[in-house]
Amino acid sequence: MQTYDLEADGLRGLNSALQAQQNATNQTSWEVVNPKGSHAIAVGLDAPIEVTIKGSTGYYCAGMNQQATVKVEGSVGPGVAENMMSGQVIVDGDASQYAGATGHGGLLVIKGNASSRCGISMKGIDIVVHGNIGHMSAFMAQDGNLVVCGDAGDALGDSLYEARLFVRGSVKSLGADCIEKEMRPEHIEILKDLLDRAGSDAKPEEFKRYGSARQLYNFDVDNAAAY
Amino acid sequence: MKDMDDQPPRTLPIQSATFTNPINAEIRRAAATGIYDIRGGGAKRKVPHFDDLLFLGASVSRYPLEGYRERCDTSVTLGTRFAKKPIELDIPITIAGMSFGALSGPAKEALGRGASAAGTSTTTGDGGMTPEERGHSSKLVYQYLPSRYGMNPNDLRKADAIEIVVGQGAKPGGGGMLLGQKISDRVAEMRTLPKGIDQRSACRHPDWTGPDDLEIKILELREITGWQVPIYVKVGATRPYYDTALAVKAGADVVVMDGMQGGTAATQDVFIEHVGLPTLSCIRPAVQALQDLGVHREVQLVISGGIRTGADAAKALALGADAVAIGTAALVALGDNDPKWEAEYQKLGTTTGAYDDWHEVKTRRA
Ligand SMILES: Cc1cc2nc3c(=O)[nH]c(=O)nc-3n(C[C@H](O)[C@H](O)[C@H](O)COP(=O)(O)O)c2cc1C
Repeated sequence: MQTYDLEADGLRGLNSALQAQQNATNQTSWEVVNPKGSHAIAVGLDAPIEVTIKGSTGYYCAGMNQQATVKVEGSVGPGVAENMMSGQVIVDGDASQYAGATGHGGLLVIKGNASSRCGISMKGIDIVVHGNIGHMSAFMAQDGNLVVCGDAGDALGDSLYEARLFVRGSVKSLGADCIEKEMRPEHIEILKDLLDRAGSDAKPEEFKRYGSARQLYNFDVDNAAAY
Repeated sequence: MKDMDDQPPRTLPIQSATFTNPINAEIRRAAATGIYDIRGGGAKRKVPHFDDLLFLGASVSRYPLEGYRERCDTSVTLGTRFAKKPIELDIPITIAGMSFGALSGPAKEALGRGASAAGTSTTTGDGGMTPEERGHSSKLVYQYLPSRYGMNPNDLRKADAIEIVVGQGAKPGGGGMLLGQKISDRVAEMRTLPKGIDQRSACRHPDWTGPDDLEIKILELREITGWQVPIYVKVGATRPYYDTALAVKAGADVVVMDGMQGGTAATQDVFIEHVGLPTLSCIRPAVQALQDLGVHREVQLVISGGIRTGADAAKALALGADAVAIGTAALVALGDNDPKWEAEYQKLGTTTGAYDDWHEVKTRRA
């Protein structure tokens, strides 16, 4: 176990040490103490290492992550795991706006609640939120799965493309072109796997599925009122 | 019996300067379709431009250099403020970012080859980085756009500089619309979207708003790329003084200011013609902002939008810019709108030099 004191030794030193880890590294376990809400902690990682952050972080924690598992024993600021490609990011507390924005792959787990625009523009990432999510979540979401064990705020899935949204609780309102869809066996399978990996005991059968009505895919005057 | 000479003199038919034929045609088109017109290119209306400026040549009080005999150094370095590896260019003329999708792979390759031969940089665009342009560009600027189509850390680390696109001169504050005709399998896959749909490129970034967030975003990108490469911030010319000042405050190495004549692949005509400032009018305020902050020449200024010739480039530099970027001129050099294709343009119901509905071309494109 490598321990890094962020307050004493600085952000650049932490990120360059973590980014220098290769696939075959034997320094697979890292602990970051005194994060004190700093921004851009553990960004741009690309090795199968495990990084545990002992406290809360600022913006863009684990941004553009590849392969690594980043655990935050606290809450995270805006844009956690933004543009993640692979690996896992697990947040014990709550997440601020744009959690998992534009993520292409990997799994983001938020044990608390996520704020507005969770999963905005997501492109293949899987996101599981144990609590609730805020308004405008999954705006223009292109691909991947967003699973919400609690409730969703206003305008869920506005201008949605091909991402799948699963919500167990209530949805305050659906955004333009987002509709409830039939839950088929393959969706139950996807949910089961994601809930399992995210450490949630929620039952897949309790969720409703939402997706794109695909009515806004082409630029058409009949859609003018939807914009 | 009336003689012809008895007819009273008549007035000539006068075309209205307000309701011109092109305006009337647009009203008829709008009435028939009910939706705005999407086109490429920049503002076509006449605005004050570099043609309105002249150089003072050498005279008794100034000493000239001998053309083609004495050395004239045209090199420029971009990104000297924070980047460990600034970009060194042999000429102060760069190729602007143009999306893969609007441009084909071969066009991207051609631009890369030409720019590398001339000792300058090319820029990716919406839709991500292609091997064609990375492979053939000795210096490649990677755009970080609101859509984040194709954005990935591997390509980010391959870039020689990163350009955060806040806006474009043709559509400051507006997103893009890549119409379905241009969405090939490869373009769709790179953007993670279904084939054939009309793709909106978002108008604002998904994970930051305002200059304070931008500062943190720049920090993140620098941390991911180890503070090696310069970070540019590109803005569409609207409030050039404040936008430049805020980009500097947010930590940019280079500010790219794109005026309203700047080309685009596709957006609403009404946006192209009625939003933004002419290129000429935004250079001095941008330079003034850099000077007021004491960073003129330390944070470099790149100007684009309607740069056609060496004279335009020289005038932009004389006004205080460090370099210029060209989009449309590079496409024209590749053969776009060449009169030798006039017969084909006629078949499309248009003429060379006027054609801007690139998305409607299904066969040949730049
Ligand atoms: C076909 C085409 C595609 C463009 N695509 C992009 C783009 O993806 N991102 C961007 O920031 N600017 C884009 N631009 C704008 C250029 O980067 C640049 O700002 C503009 O072309 C400069 O003006 P000029 O065309 O008069 O030289 C595009 C321009 C054209 C003509």
